[in-house]
Amino acid sequence: MAHAYTPGLKVIPCTVLRKKRLLPIPGRVLVEMGKQVEALDIVAQTQLPGKVFSVNVANRLAVGPEEIQDFMLKKEGDPVKKGEIIAENKPFLKWFKTAVESPVDGVIEAVSMVTGQVLLREPPKLLPIKAYVKGTVVEVTPNFGVTIESEGTFIQGIFGIGGETNGEVAVAVASPDEDLTPEDLNETHKGKIVIGGKHASLATVKRAVELGVHAIVVGGIHDRDLRQLLGYDIGVAVTGTEQVGVTLIVTEGFGMIPMAEYTFKLLSSRNGERASVSGATQIRAGVMRPEILVPGYPKNVTICKKEQGRGWIEPGDPVRIIREPHFGVIGVVKSLPPELTKVGSESHVRVLEVDLPGGETLVIPRANIEVLEK
Amino acid sequence: MSQKDLEIIIATDCGSTTTKAILIEKKGDTYRQTFRGEAPTTVEAPFEDVTKGVLNAITEVEELSGRKILDGEHIITPNNGNTGADIYVSTSSAGGGLQMMVAGAVKAMTGESAQRCALGAGAIVMDVLASNDGRADHEKIERIRQLRPDMMLLSGGTDGGSVTHVVELAQFLKAADPKPRLGASYKLPVIYAGNNKAQSQVKDILDSSTALIVTENLRPSLEKENLMPARHKIHDIFLEHVMQQAPGYPKLMKMVGAPIMPTPAAVGVMTEKFAKANNFNVLAVDIGGATTDVFSVFSEVFNRTVSANLGMSYSISNVMAEAGLPNILRWLPFDLDEQDLRNRLKNKMIRPTTIPATVEDLQVEHAVAREALRLAFDQHKALAVGLKGVQQERSISDAFDQTASGASLINLMNLNYIIGSGGILAHSPRRTQSMLMMIDAYQPEGVTMIAVDSIFMMPHLGVLAQISEKAALDVFYNDCLVRLGTCLAPKGMGKDGQVIMDWEIIGEDGKRHSGELRFGDILHIPFESPKGRAIVKPAKGFDMGAGSGNKLEANIEGGVVGVVLDGRGRPFDLAKAPAKRIADLNKWYKAMDMYPV
Repeated sequence: MAHAYTPGLKVIPCTVLRKKRLLPIPGRVLVEMGKQVEALDIVAQTQLPGKVFSVNVANRLAVGPEEIQDFMLKKEGDPVKKGEIIAENKPFLKWFKTAVESPVDGVIEAVSMVTGQVLLREPPKLLPIKAYVKGTVVEVTPNFGVTIESEGTFIQGIFGIGGETNGEVAVAVASPDEDLTPEDLNETHKGKIVIGGKHASLATVKRAVELGVHAIVVGGIHDRDLRQLLGYDIGVAVTGTEQVGVTLIVTEGFGMIPMAEYTFKLLSSRNGERASVSGATQIRAGVMRPEILVPGYPKNVTICKKEQGRGWIEPGDPVRIIREPHFGVIGVVKSLPPELTKVGSESHVRVLEVDLPGGETLVIPRANIEVLEK
Repeated sequence: MSQKDLEIIIATDCGSTTTKAILIEKKGDTYRQTFRGEAPTTVEAPFEDVTKGVLNAITEVEELSGRKILDGEHIITPNNGNTGADIYVSTSSAGGGLQMMVAGAVKAMTGESAQRCALGAGAIVMDVLASNDGRADHEKIERIRQLRPDMMLLSGGTDGGSVTHVVELAQFLKAADPKPRLGASYKLPVIYAGNNKAQSQVKDILDSSTALIVTENLRPSLEKENLMPARHKIHDIFLEHVMQQAPGYPKLMKMVGAPIMPTPAAVGVMTEKFAKANNFNVLAVDIGGATTDVFSVFSEVFNRTVSANLGMSYSISNVMAEAGLPNILRWLPFDLDEQDLRNRLKNKMIRPTTIPATVEDLQVEHAVAREALRLAFDQHKALAVGLKGVQQERSISDAFDQTASGASLINLMNLNYIIGSGGILAHSPRRTQSMLMMIDAYQPEGVTMIAVDSIFMMPHLGVLAQISEKAALDVFYNDCLVRLGTCLAPKGMGKDGQVIMDWEIIGEDGKRHSGELRFGDILHIPFESPKGRAIVKPAKGFDMGAGSGNKLEANIEGGVVGVVLDGRGRPFDLAKAPAKRIADLNKWYKAMDMYPV
């Protein structure tokens, strides 16, 4: 049977997945193999070296760099407090005395007789890593962290901003083609993962931030709103560190696009349950998509799917069109003609035929569809 | 192996997504590229071995050519009848290419020299640190710590000059304790190419915490730049350290018959060889999904820049951010709502493999491409400059033509040849689209020949040129370049409809075309003759390279597009009034037969 390889976003009622939770530099692993962990448990932690500050003691005391050793009150490795005097000159008249104070709490890292600089390092900072998902520790990477296996509903979005968070799923609209408006949000949504329909405006996102909503999941947003929210244009899709007060996930793309009905129904089936959510997106080199993970099974599911999808499409598969002029339209693959076909732009490309629910059939470049993996 | 023995060559380029193999065979006295194959690159999980993709690409060449090249995982050498190849060469940009951080004492002097040095070696420069870069010391240290480069180039000071700044940079580097991108267990390679008087102090500071390599100063005096010793060290470290850490590369290094080169370095070599062989000033560009590389050779001086965030898919949204929406919208011959354009480009960013299915969508991508090419060229012009800080001796005649130190080397009137590569230029549905995109973005003046590298063969040929320049140039002329034609563009400004040039072009077969060019018009003359002559007489106030109003005779090349006479003036700008701008665009696109009506 004809089939074609194609990328797709996972929307799976129940699957088994593994999450690596590793420190950026070596540290201490706090949980052992086989341990059951909750999303907010700390599994590893390390100490990040403190920031380094420089003070040009030679300039401040108006002496040559090679002379500063004579004026230093502290030596390399000594702890210092902010405001504590680290060097001072010894004039005949007290009136001319100059003292150099430490700009930070920390230790003296280096004293240079070449440049006359003294480098001071702030105390290290504790960096903990949480489990993020409820599950079992199935692998320990000594000094770095663990791998956690979790079973549950797994939904990938196409784009997101903001980091990892956690909360109860709260469906705030009645259907996937309904806008999520500021009026749909209220105090009960504080700390929750709010599911909307086709679109969230800037006003809605701002309202969510005011209320302390942890995350919003909708079909689309306007790029203009995103720019206003962040204060800058996202140039390259590497996100996850934004600090706007809420994690935002879009499932379909930019514009007003209803959430795929299947995605909406699946999220609705987990309404009221706790989910782990991340907005981190990276399109290049090791693709990462935003995700929603709800541990456990939906009521109508009895077994958990272990395979990772077959990675290609065949006639009968549901697909989403992801480029103009039919952006966001969902249909079913009718056929995969092997020959190159000339499309409207005059490019000769491989295409597929897609049947739409209304009975219409479209010819679409294969590069312009996405399989809906269930 | 002597060049005489080279008859069959297999070459690969391991890109981030695709590994491309080509077979080159000697046919009579000439080398020709005969077969090619490609396969997905296998650097990342689950394979994590670059040679898998290489073997797959070569297997495809075997299947197409009927030649047995592989014996299991080995290349059969030398060639014998229908078996084996005489040499296998490869370039690589997989895994993000060679990523470097450079530092110099003064940003516009040693900082800039260090940047040119790293770029010329094929690196992506992640940041340029300098004593006067405007950042506080702790910010510099934080930055070094955050970035995880493959290696670092530290320069600063002229030989025998002050040591303070460069020692300070070394101390910051030590304090930051930077980690290399690959291989957590090895020390970051640092090349010191600064003031020779500071060598021992830099060694004292960095020898224990980094893998320090000391070489000649890249700026021994203000008047002299000496980039080659440091560039060679970069290549050595690329092979010895960086490649050794990348998945499967130690195996690949045993397969090749010549050192692996970073892809951009190989493209640079080919650009230089082509310029030198023809005595041309050349501009070459490779516009990809994430980055745009620009190479130039002007008056025998080679320069390369890479605009790491200007590209047509992953970085398309950054082109919008840097160019601004009005600059993209200005190239569209129809009205498009700003919000619609924003959403379209963001949707391309998040789904980078999609392709335009309608003419309107194609025109949007072409509009973005012009801006990406223009911005990358602006960045190139800013770096391809003479040395800054140099005392210049001037005679009285120079007083009328004063150039500041650090003037750009790029002179569009002296530019002979433009070579474009990358999907948007190499695979446009119509070749006229590629040609006009390059003309619009670069605005060449006078006589400029234009070609595209249709399957991006320049990396393979650049690494091959190290072994056999003849083989590389033969294939470059015969199989790599798709000649589009020549652009004739008088420099000057006039009024719409004014006659600005009389022109005549003569093909090798003696066939002549002639006419008048009016201001504001584009004339497109189909002209396929590989060689030809142009005789042009610009009107007063217009220059084709021989001075205002002076007649010029020049060699030209025909091609799949032909000759484009661009009467839009230089410097060319689009009309401010939307109706006039759209009418102009439609007129020009119609003249070029750019899009289906």
